[in-house]
Amino acid sequence: MDELLRMEGITKVYPNGIVANKNVDFSVRAGEIHGLVGENGAGKSTLMKILFGLNQAEEGRITLEGKEIRVDSPYAAIGHGIGMVHQHFMLVPSLTAAENLVMGLEPRKGLYLDLQAAIRTTEELGKKYNLIVDPRAAVRDLSVGIKQRLEILKALHRGAKILILDEPTAVLTPQETEELFSQLKLLREQGNTIVFISHKLNEIKELCDRVTIMRSGTVQGTFDVASVDEKDISRLMVGRDVILEVQKGPARPAGAVLKVRGLTVLDRFKKRAVDGVSFSVRRGEILGVAGVEGNGQGELVEAITGLGSFSSGTIAVDGESVAGMSIRRIRDAGVCHVPEDRMTYGCAAALGVEANLMSCNHDSPEYTGPVFLKGKAIRANSRRLVEEYAIKCSSPEQEVGMLSGGNIQKVVVAREFSSGPSLIVADQPTRGIDVGATEFIRSRLVELRDEGAAVLLVSADLNEVMELSDSLIVMYGGRIRAYVPDAKAVSEEELGLYMLGLKNQTPEEIARVVHD
Amino acid sequence: MTRQQRVFEVVRTSLAILIALTIALVIVLVVSDDPGDALGKFLLGPLDSFRHFGNVIELMIPLTFTGIAISVMFTAGQFNLGAEGGFFIGAIAAAFVAINFSLPPVIHPIVAILFGSLVGSLFCGIPAILKVKWGSSELVSSLMFNYIAFFFGLFLINYYMRDANAGAMVSYLFKPTAILPKLVPRTRISVGILVAIALVVVAWLFMQRTRWGYRIKLTGANAKFSRYSGIDTNSVVIYSQVIGGMIAGMGGSIELLGMYTRFSWQNLPGYGWDGVIVAILARNNPLFVPIAAFFLAYLRIGADIMSRYSDVPNEFVALIQGTIIILIAASSFLAKYRHKLVFKEATRKPVTGGEA
Amino acid sequence: MNQVFSLIFAPEFGYSVLRVTTPIMFATLGALISDKAGVMNIALEGIMLISALTGVVFSALTGSSGVGLLAAVLAGGLAGLFLAYCALKLKTDIILSGIALNLMASGGTVFALFLIAGDKGISSSLASKVLPKLTIPGISSIPVLGTMLSGHNVLTYVAFLMVAATFVFLYRTPLGLRIRAVGENPNAAASVGIGVTKIQYLALTLSGMMAGFGGAYMSMGYVSWFSKNMTAGRGFIAMAAEAMGGATPLGSMLTSLLFGFFDALSNTLQLMKIPSEFVNMLPYAATVIGLVLYTVQKTRKERLARESAGAAPAVTGATAGKKE
Repeated sequence: MDELLRMEGITKVYPNGIVANKNVDFSVRAGEIHGLVGENGAGKSTLMKILFGLNQAEEGRITLEGKEIRVDSPYAAIGHGIGMVHQHFMLVPSLTAAENLVMGLEPRKGLYLDLQAAIRTTEELGKKYNLIVDPRAAVRDLSVGIKQRLEILKALHRGAKILILDEPTAVLTPQETEELFSQLKLLREQGNTIVFISHKLNEIKELCDRVTIMRSGTVQGTFDVASVDEKDISRLMVGRDVILEVQKGPARPAGAVLKVRGLTVLDRFKKRAVDGVSFSVRRGEILGVAGVEGNGQGELVEAITGLGSFSSGTIAVDGESVAGMSIRRIRDAGVCHVPEDRMTYGCAAALGVEANLMSCNHDSPEYTGPVFLKGKAIRANSRRLVEEYAIKCSSPEQEVGMLSGGNIQKVVVAREFSSGPSLIVADQPTRGIDVGATEFIRSRLVELRDEGAAVLLVSADLNEVMELSDSLIVMYGGRIRAYVPDAKAVSEEELGLYMLGLKNQTPEEIARVVHD
Repeated sequence: MTRQQRVFEVVRTSLAILIALTIALVIVLVVSDDPGDALGKFLLGPLDSFRHFGNVIELMIPLTFTGIAISVMFTAGQFNLGAEGGFFIGAIAAAFVAINFSLPPVIHPIVAILFGSLVGSLFCGIPAILKVKWGSSELVSSLMFNYIAFFFGLFLINYYMRDANAGAMVSYLFKPTAILPKLVPRTRISVGILVAIALVVVAWLFMQRTRWGYRIKLTGANAKFSRYSGIDTNSVVIYSQVIGGMIAGMGGSIELLGMYTRFSWQNLPGYGWDGVIVAILARNNPLFVPIAAFFLAYLRIGADIMSRYSDVPNEFVALIQGTIIILIAASSFLAKYRHKLVFKEATRKPVTGGEA
Repeated sequence: MNQVFSLIFAPEFGYSVLRVTTPIMFATLGALISDKAGVMNIALEGIMLISALTGVVFSALTGSSGVGLLAAVLAGGLAGLFLAYCALKLKTDIILSGIALNLMASGGTVFALFLIAGDKGISSSLASKVLPKLTIPGISSIPVLGTMLSGHNVLTYVAFLMVAATFVFLYRTPLGLRIRAVGENPNAAASVGIGVTKIQYLALTLSGMMAGFGGAYMSMGYVSWFSKNMTAGRGFIAMAAEAMGGATPLGSMLTSLLFGFFDALSNTLQLMKIPSEFVNMLPYAATVIGLVLYTVQKTRKERLARESAGAAPAVTGATAGKKE
């Protein structure tokens, strides 16, 4: 097959100094489905955003069919036949499907918008590619799978020959995924080229012809999918020959610190994001929560930490119900929280390292007098934490936003872990950060467990959740589908079945996690 | 902030001021028949006599108050523009005490200023409460309240404090005990400047060295993070605006009792809007506010002197002010230069990966 | 009290409501267009001033009120463009840009007035023109309605036509679709090749032109001169009216009329023994009360929707307000 597209020597540095792509080469053949894999933060999305003109690279060039092209905007990308379906849908909720489809290429009748033509186009295109969407429905009323369909249609309607799909399956049910795959294969038959971003290796094996593996902003290699197995890919992705192993002794669980009973949380759309969940986390154990993202883990964490509300059930920490408690009081009860999105909840990027380290305990008598803050004690504490957590910064006053992702996360965990917590809620604690910081954070979690803390670990990283946890629950569709008392005793394949909702334990088996 | 960034900010600010002054120069060149003389008056007029320089210092005092008031509210991320009305209504409140109360000398102005501060803080607190309770935009409601304060204040003066024997619409004379003593002879610089200096220090200590100031900074920088950290962000939103209003009201009281013998304002004095410029120039740092206030006062007095002795009206200062706001707040102004610095440093460091 | 009612129910009162609503309505439509594109125009106040002066100057220069109007609208558009340049190109916070523009307009118009007319307060030395009043043939002869609806300044009719035009523009044209898309989800718009910045430039320019009509009306219809800070907060009232109108053209029209009503009421009450300062406060107080009532019922509606879906009220504290 012929090479269709080539990206050479791409380097991208974000304004905060993070190098997302370093001298990356990437090429795609006509008519193939090309997998692009890598962990969170490996630089896949950045590379594709550069190809689609959403980001500009500092260095490097792009050639299409041998000719160099400049892609300085999505508009230019579309002009070259490059379309992209983003992880977060690029749809306008209040407009109809047809309006969204024709947005930017509106059919006109005189001065006016020709809505009938838009509706016809939606129907015709849908039939042609087997991507059926109701043209008159407002997008906010469509299901996730249909929205994605509409996104693909949008790209095709604009004459995309190269279609970039950014982790399209992350938000889909297994059936929807299956459907998507057959639609993508149909598109390939019709001569389209697809770049498929994922970190799910089984999907790559099933769908793709070739695969390019990225790690830490660089390309590790491109292979025919048939010639490599999942272990090879995983080795290149995570950069080691063995699956990561966390050094830790056996857990010695004691009494339950966190008791969640019959918890139900409604999301913005009044759907039961968490649906009658009961479990306990005991002193001295790490309970992992495995699951594909978006299956209620986020809402669960928010309910426990007080950031969000819940509609029924109980949550108790050390026997005290947290319902109606302020976040302050929940924290005083010994709960700390490593948030999933560190830039939104975990730090103030414009403030210094010290100001970020003291946010939770600045009003304890140790750090403030009746009027003034105790500058010396605060400075001593931040110096200690910077050293203890090996936070690389020029001074405690340096803006957190100027640090690398790993160091920002270290600032977050240093603050949270140093509060002497009895319950640690760690949501994706190592997402998108470097290996050194990852290892550091994981071993700190184990240390804290050994000192008697209860740890609730939520992670989409299967490696992490399997290796770091002592026991596991698996969430799917807002419910607990399985409880694994010994995390070592379960295979990846079996977990996968629970995670995708293909298999459920009996209620009795699941109820063991209540530990009453 | 690292030292490099600080230097960068100083360069940026200087350049913005330079550009604004260049624009001023061009305007004067175009407008004036004798541009040399006009410019001389504009740039050097404030220095040509003791009285003129005194005028600069006099004007600096209210600008310092509103500058700090706005700084506190902006630091909290609150676009409350009620400093204008707070200053005015605070002055009315102080006038009320100065006219109607009989108190011993030192006590009298203190009571008047405290009352003015209280009224100012209530005034700026209302938009804050409306925002926290119902999500009404503090920006829009504070703008409306400015007009309400203006007309309500005039009503009070006109119906309860008006001196019918005076020709114009002015209040009765303040009791002599209420008037702030002058500090510098042959000027109108009152002891109010000492309060302003004290306020600068106190505000700086409050913002830098107390937990309440810290919470204001944290909430302004990232309200979600602040809430996550267990801080009651609603109360921060309210008290930051109450404090801002208090400072504005205090400023109005001191301005009135330090500079005048009766209430005679017929318009909103505009110091609240000037406070926005001062706060932006000072990067919301109370310690820099007096410098920014001095700069703006110097421009103003220079323009006044120029308009008195030449053919260029003083309102052209507004154009300079606007330009300065826009350029200093412009995040892309010289941003390329900054990005290059960051890029150079980052590529030298080992790859650490990042959010894709 | 009876006197108040007899004043309000006089047809002349209806006439004056429409008369004072006109500038607010233009400005509200200006606020609406920029808001739909996701950019907040707080400079409406200043832009109206600029246009009011421009209209006076050009009509005096050319002796034609039409040219004056054209110049005023163009000046408004240019001021909107300038705001867009500051906010979108220089990346100055759009609220600060707006504050700066308001400052420059309020001082700059006085500056320019002094240079042109030799007076810092009022433009009476300029022989500026006034836009014509229209008598509508059919309606003018109807007893009460005729008094209310006929004989207005031409821009009053234009204002109401603009409500319809804005509706058609926003909801029935490709450009309107793009503006709404940009305001609601700029990433989505950008991803299909719509130039978000370009649309926002356009929206702010159009918003400025709307304010330009309002400014022209102030100095060439409402009164026949320019005076210092003559807009007196109408640009700010417009922002509140737009929010209260639920960001729709029809809603904007109704809330503009509401504030126009209070404005007219305050003018009417001037004639009575109520302190004029109280009366002057009325439109602003009404605006703030209106805005609060609107947000109260909005939060209540949201809460009701949540409760009816079976959820308990939020267990923990509300989110803190940052500017959205």
